[in-house]
Amino acid sequence: MAKLHNVSFKLNGKAVAAEVEARELLIYTLRERLAHTGAHIGCETSHCGACTVDCNGASVKSCTVLTVQCAGADVLTVEGLERGGALHALQQAFHEEHGLQCGYCTPGMLMRAYRLLGENPNPSEAEIRYGMSGNLCRCTGYQNIVKAVQSAARKLAAKPAAA
Amino acid sequence: MIPPSFDYHAPRSLGEAVSLLSSLGEEAKLLAGGHSLLPMMKLRFAQPAHLIDLGAISDLRGIREENGALVIGAMTTEAELLQSALVRNKVPLLAEGASQIADPQVRYRGTIGGDISHGDPGNDHPALMLALDASFVVTGPRGQRTLPANGFFLGLYSTQLAPAEILTQIRIPIPAAGTGWSYQKLKRKTGDFATAASAVLLRMKGTTVAQVAIALTNAAPTALRATAAERALVGKAINAASLAEAARLAMGICQPAADLRGDGAYKTAMCGEMTRRALEAALARARA
Repeated sequence: MAKLHNVSFKLNGKAVAAEVEARELLIYTLRERLAHTGAHIGCETSHCGACTVDCNGASVKSCTVLTVQCAGADVLTVEGLERGGALHALQQAFHEEHGLQCGYCTPGMLMRAYRLLGENPNPSEAEIRYGMSGNLCRCTGYQNIVKAVQSAARKLAAKPAAA
Repeated sequence: MIPPSFDYHAPRSLGEAVSLLSSLGEEAKLLAGGHSLLPMMKLRFAQPAHLIDLGAISDLRGIREENGALVIGAMTTEAELLQSALVRNKVPLLAEGASQIADPQVRYRGTIGGDISHGDPGNDHPALMLALDASFVVTGPRGQRTLPANGFFLGLYSTQLAPAEILTQIRIPIPAAGTGWSYQKLKRKTGDFATAASAVLLRMKGTTVAQVAIALTNAAPTALRATAAERALVGKAINAASLAEAARLAMGICQPAADLRGDGAYKTAMCGEMTRRALEAALARARA
């Protein structure tokens, strides 16, 4: 039996801990041990971005991060975007602009867009396309995803406290 | 896909990392950003018994200017390179190269030192380092040594790093003011390795080339410095004829492996084209 590591970190603002083998990937800890199934497993090869979460202020593909690497980290998943029953501006904008069809890539899209807007609150269309290029969507053709990120940027600029 | 089992070590200091690496020997691999190694482990291309995670060693991060050089800690991420005003202002070729590596998420994790140490000719930093005449500080059980980038890359996944040595620092001489630069990379999609790429640094004197460095990515088992093409350009104006000759000479050293990105002839032709474009873009940025 491989050695187990007791890993503690912050998940959506709450302290959590998990006993994991060193080889366990963060996406499995989130989904199978901590019952946070928002982040999805898509390609599992760090291409598609469906598993994107925010870790210490960076968007990461949680299929290619070991849970043991996240000891002490601050992890935010799509479950942590909503505040007090109100959707985050990005979630609202994806809804209004039809930024999804099947929805499979959406949690990853939202978490990547969250960090993109955190770093660049007023991105151009080209900056959005470049900044979201690690997330694949097979339904929308990206047009409405770009529109949703632009719309969320306007919403957040009008109400900065919501970020 | 889950990697095979291994023992995980997270040393807090470089000294601890070096002694772990020398005591665990060939069964151990260093974990930097993990975006080459973990995918290889998932596919069982690599099955190390031990991973030594360098992530907790803060001395290995950071970017500073020192005696006319940029000194970059090996665990500095691509995202940190791109966010650095020092990098953008002093060595814009490095920023242009890093901006074309993988995708945003991978750039938050992937490190310059990991990219170099891995010895993959498809990685972008090796050619950038050759063009920039960088040198690498490595630390092992017998102390520290400094190796020029030129000669560091020996073959596919093979470098001058001795078994228990760790790349700790990258030193890049800051190019003279007015130096033009460009990294031209052809890739099929975001996140793919280069079909072909060319890094150029160019200094003009009036209308002729005073100094030029050209290096190629994914054109052979290692990144290549295109010295014959460089020599042919020095003292000449950059025009259709000299560009064609430089591209021809750069193509002459290419030995790309055929794969899904194309056969050898196509990749070689694209190396020539990327070199021509990089020279033109560098010329547009150079000030005599």
